[in-house]
Amino acid sequence: MDLTPIWLTLKLASITTLLLLLICLPLAWWLSKGRSFFKIIIEAIITMPLVLPPSVLGFYLLLAFSPQHGVGKWLHDSFDIQFVFSFQGLVLASVIYSMPFMIGPIKSALQQLPASLSQASYTLGKSERETFLRVLLPNIKPSLFTAMVLTFAHTLGEFGVVLMIGGNIPNVTRVASIAVYDSVENMDYSAANTYSLILFCITFVMVIGVFIFNKTQAKSPLE
Amino acid sequence: MITINIEKKLKAYSGQQWLKVNREFATGSIIKIYGPSGAGKTTFLKIIAGLVSTEKGSINVDDVTWLDTSTKTTLSPQKRMTGFVFQNYALFPNMTVREHLEYATKDAKWIDRLLTIGKLETLTTHKPEHLSGGQQQRLAILRALAIKPKLLLMDEPFSALDHEMKMVLINELKVLFQKLGLTVLIVTHNPQELDGLCNGELEIDTV
Repeated sequence: MDLTPIWLTLKLASITTLLLLLICLPLAWWLSKGRSFFKIIIEAIITMPLVLPPSVLGFYLLLAFSPQHGVGKWLHDSFDIQFVFSFQGLVLASVIYSMPFMIGPIKSALQQLPASLSQASYTLGKSERETFLRVLLPNIKPSLFTAMVLTFAHTLGEFGVVLMIGGNIPNVTRVASIAVYDSVENMDYSAANTYSLILFCITFVMVIGVFIFNKTQAKSPLE
Repeated sequence: MITINIEKKLKAYSGQQWLKVNREFATGSIIKIYGPSGAGKTTFLKIIAGLVSTEKGSINVDDVTWLDTSTKTTLSPQKRMTGFVFQNYALFPNMTVREHLEYATKDAKWIDRLLTIGKLETLTTHKPEHLSGGQQQRLAILRALAIKPKLLLMDEPFSALDHEMKMVLINELKVLFQKLGLTVLIVTHNPQELDGLCNGELEIDTV
């Protein structure tokens, strides 16, 4: 039984979650402060992966980062970076595909905090950055945790987008969801069942963890 | 001396209203501000603190221009450093009583004195959710005083206190305000309760 797809999936989900946390904290904070047409456009772009078929997103990423054209060719020629059929490509696709799951709960939690919390901090002479780090962020911990778990779990389950940009290369891009599909294709139901059961258990434990962590807030992970 | 001359458009169900205030306050004066609901009392305090902008006006505090819309001059709330006591307290749920004061100042002796004044010295490790309404309100006042502001703005600061605690706190604050030479503007819906504390008043009504 080859467990590499499981480890590859966990590695992909961990890196994606970490990267999205770094990207989405400042982005969600910026989006939560007021509204403008430009922000609506940015929010719409971030939300697109929620409504777009994963294969469509994967197809466009495949075209954009193909080493034969445009950006992909430039990255390949200038920096020897190739996103198509590589682990980096999976990370890039996962970051784009899972972004709404990280940014949504964080932005929503920041918007629900009373404006007077920031205002009180400003009158104490604290900068916007210090206010964010010491007042706002510590008070949205449950939502932050929910966002991280949702992102991680969602990345575990990615299929269409990672198949399009990464293919099915053993030890490189063959993550668990693709291994399940591949095993079924080869009539190896036992292997498909093992991969599926492991994914099911991991995600179930994570969702249970969110409920326990947020029990005082009485929120479900989808709130 | 604090000179305030502002005009701010307010949104109201009855249509457009204007908040207009043109007053001078002597340094060290304690002013109660009252007026009907929706007249803009809280907005007035927030304009002074730099938390809300205004269409037209100027604010000068001890010869320093905090706001002058004609020259587009405006100091940030961080530079104005007004002590502000919010109507909903605006306490930080993640911080204990002592951490609130430590967030505002590094002066440990001043923190200890404030805790004694506010009778919160036995509750220093408590977070706001474990304080009563009156204790939360006292903490909000202490936090505003922690930065030793020149100007203290209080938005209905005594509304959640019982009569006994209110009188004790008012007497304590009166001494403290005089000692610190603070100018204080206090919004209240019950002007009589501040008779012993204030030496001036301002009625706010919309135009």
